[in-house]
Amino acid sequence: MARLLQTIVDGLADGSIYAALALALVLIYRATGVVNFAQGEMATCSTFIAWGLLQAGLPLAAALGLTFVIAFIGGMLVECVVLRPTEGSDALTIVILTVGLYFLFNSADGWIWGFDSHSFPSVFSTSRLSVGGAHLTAQSVGTVGVLVAVAAILYAFFQRTDLGLAMRAAAQGPDSSRLAGVPVDRMLMFGWGVAAVLGAVAGALVAPALFLNVNTMSSVLIYAFAAAALGGLDSPVGALIGGWIIGVAQNLAGTYVGFIGGDLEILVPLAIITVVLLIRPTGLFGSREVVRV
Amino acid sequence: MTGSLLDVGELRAGYGPAQVLHGISVRVGSGEVAALLGPNGAGKTTTLRAISGMIRGHGKVLLDGRSITGRSPERIAKLGVAHVPEGRGTLRGLTVEENLRIGAYTRSDRAGRRSDLERCFAYFPALADRRRQQAATLSGGEQQMLAIGRALMLRPRLILLDEPSLGLAPKVTRALFEVLRDVHDREGVSMLIVEQNANLVLEFAQRAFVLEAGRIALDGDAAAVRADDELRRSYLGY
Amino acid sequence: MSAANVRPRSKVAALSLPPGTRGPLRIAAVLTVAAFIPFVYSGYTVSELTLVIAYAVATLGLNLLIGYGGQISLGHGAFFAIGAYLTAVLLSHNVVPVIATIPLTGVASFIAGYLFGLPALRLRGIYLGLVTLTLAVAVTPLVSRFTITGGVDGLTVNQPQAPTWLGLSQVQFVYLLCLAVAAVLFIGAGRLVRSEVGRSVVALNDNELTAGAVGVNVTRTKTRLFAWSAMYAGIGGSLYVFAVGFVSPDSFTLTLSVWFLAAVVVGGRRSIAGAIIGGLAIEFLPVYAAKVDEALTGAIYGAALIVCIYVMPDGVVGAARRMKAAASVTPGAFKRRAGRLEQRLP
Repeated sequence: MARLLQTIVDGLADGSIYAALALALVLIYRATGVVNFAQGEMATCSTFIAWGLLQAGLPLAAALGLTFVIAFIGGMLVECVVLRPTEGSDALTIVILTVGLYFLFNSADGWIWGFDSHSFPSVFSTSRLSVGGAHLTAQSVGTVGVLVAVAAILYAFFQRTDLGLAMRAAAQGPDSSRLAGVPVDRMLMFGWGVAAVLGAVAGALVAPALFLNVNTMSSVLIYAFAAAALGGLDSPVGALIGGWIIGVAQNLAGTYVGFIGGDLEILVPLAIITVVLLIRPTGLFGSREVVRV
Repeated sequence: MTGSLLDVGELRAGYGPAQVLHGISVRVGSGEVAALLGPNGAGKTTTLRAISGMIRGHGKVLLDGRSITGRSPERIAKLGVAHVPEGRGTLRGLTVEENLRIGAYTRSDRAGRRSDLERCFAYFPALADRRRQQAATLSGGEQQMLAIGRALMLRPRLILLDEPSLGLAPKVTRALFEVLRDVHDREGVSMLIVEQNANLVLEFAQRAFVLEAGRIALDGDAAAVRADDELRRSYLGY
Repeated sequence: MSAANVRPRSKVAALSLPPGTRGPLRIAAVLTVAAFIPFVYSGYTVSELTLVIAYAVATLGLNLLIGYGGQISLGHGAFFAIGAYLTAVLLSHNVVPVIATIPLTGVASFIAGYLFGLPALRLRGIYLGLVTLTLAVAVTPLVSRFTITGGVDGLTVNQPQAPTWLGLSQVQFVYLLCLAVAAVLFIGAGRLVRSEVGRSVVALNDNELTAGAVGVNVTRTKTRLFAWSAMYAGIGGSLYVFAVGFVSPDSFTLTLSVWFLAAVVVGGRRSIAGAIIGGLAIEFLPVYAAKVDEALTGAIYGAALIVCIYVMPDGVVGAARRMKAAASVTPGAFKRRAGRLEQRLP
């Protein structure tokens, strides 16, 4: 029983990691209509910047604060310089573009900061708790707390504010939105900026557990996609719940299904994506897209 | 010409190497309704796009005396020009109410926006029933109403309408034009309407322009054009 | 409109060849040049070019799916891997003669593609992309697990041996064998595109609803197209094994699928010749990127991809077509063209 509980708790902890990156993916999809394959690499880059600032002697809070500002500006620049000239291109072109960014960031990270693994301090204390025979860390509990708060803020922002509405409109119908006076270009830039900050947050949450190296987020990316697909590509709440379901399913399968063991664990999110997409492509919480003839 | 809200002169526009408009001139007075007629391919949609800034036009486009050529669509919308494009341009993933709210993006007066929203629903009761529905689930006629409603939320001085009757049943079209007439009478909004259904719009408009192959072939009083059988037959085909 | 405004479109037209011979003439020319390569260049270059052929065949399959069919697939590498592993297993157990591995692999990949496509193609756009993504990612862990596929270490196999009476070296023989197979497949693709099936596919791409209304069996056409593209990928995988003599899980990661995608875009969608450019890009772009700066390899080909999209959104072939079109424009033709377009645009 204790083993089951521990497995679930571990699953939620892992799931939170996937959910963190998934939130950034969902944000950028909602705000710009783009599926950004480079989101993880941009997050890694931000985390390296934070690490560099820490090495330079800044306290953690200051380093993270400054990193968020840099990430915001960086995200806006990427949109402005790389994405905007290709606005209106078809989905495949955008995919290749973000893939190009993936390689660019991944390689640049290594070139600037090297290929070693580094430890990264946690924002939360290192204390551990014991609940019903299962061990929790303050790190994982704190992560869950931050994620829930972020998801709630995103939800409220998109659904309840005028700016959020304008961003959704800009992503769905840039031409129509322009005719209504929405400064679409600025909205997209802003969306990328905020998504980059969210990626930096994800990095700060994830790096203490996974260690910081060039490939930290690459391995998480497919899980994050699974989480976003399961939860619904445009639902922040879905990203969270999707991430947790995948984390728990993966850990349960790894522990209890002998065939799967450690190395085939990745099949779990893959199977989940496949099943979800075939049964209900818009995911658990995504908005249904009606195709009217 | 004095008193014109919209003054377009020698407008040239096109798409890349294909020039569509070869120097056209239209005018819409303050509070006036003008019809832009002509066969398919003449350049009517291009004209509206060049005015609203969706494509770049060259020549004179004055809104209340100020030049708006080369401005972005957002800026021109802010100046009070609402373009209801071909195909309606409704934001399909958003609800009816959200579509209308976006129309008011450029306005900062909250109370005004809320009362305008209710006024929109008064003009289009069918939309009121569906305010929380996704725009994609609306019928063609309802989407057209939504598009016009969104334009009204801008509190525009000039509405550009591109083929509002396209794909709609005659009864629906009549109802739509009733609302347009109502809006015009109450709010005094100027309109430039591109239409295939010349008869319907000529009943409503004060001025008529006929566009053929990128040039203005006829520019006259709408009632006069409607009354003149020969003119109608040779320029409008009926 | 005077005669002075009209210029012959190309030199070949001015030569007034009989109609229908230009295409085959071009193909014959390309094949002849390609056939001479193993006798002109070093063994190392020839083996690199053999890989280019393998990648080009696979890219062609993806191009059929994406460029002509308008679908998206992030899992092309998986079918490449299936073909490669199947061929490797057949070769390592000496089950069938070498030459038989190609049709066997082709059929198996076709079936695999068809089976996967049946459920998958009910999805569209990004969702189809995601489901094909899972396929690509699933390959590496799956083949690592089983011993028949050599597990984590992979399989080494005997490459096809050159028959002594031909007097060719190993490398030359493999190259020419792959070239022959590729030639058949490329010409076949050309025919496919121009056939009724091909035209149904393009009709489907342009407007699925209308195509269905005029009698195109939407599901069957889409699934068949997917199966064809999987077949091309699988045979590409076969050729890869001939060229390299070795398969391992690390050779077939998600990156490979992404590379095929990039190859289609770089070469040019809706272009059969573009697949060759794509194959060249996959093989040589990383090599040149590494030459510029070892540590920045990824960054350089990432940047190259991005620049490619800006400068040549229709790929190399598209850019070449545009340059040719621009060169043949005269002032008279310009106005005429504009006049024609004017009728169609509102």
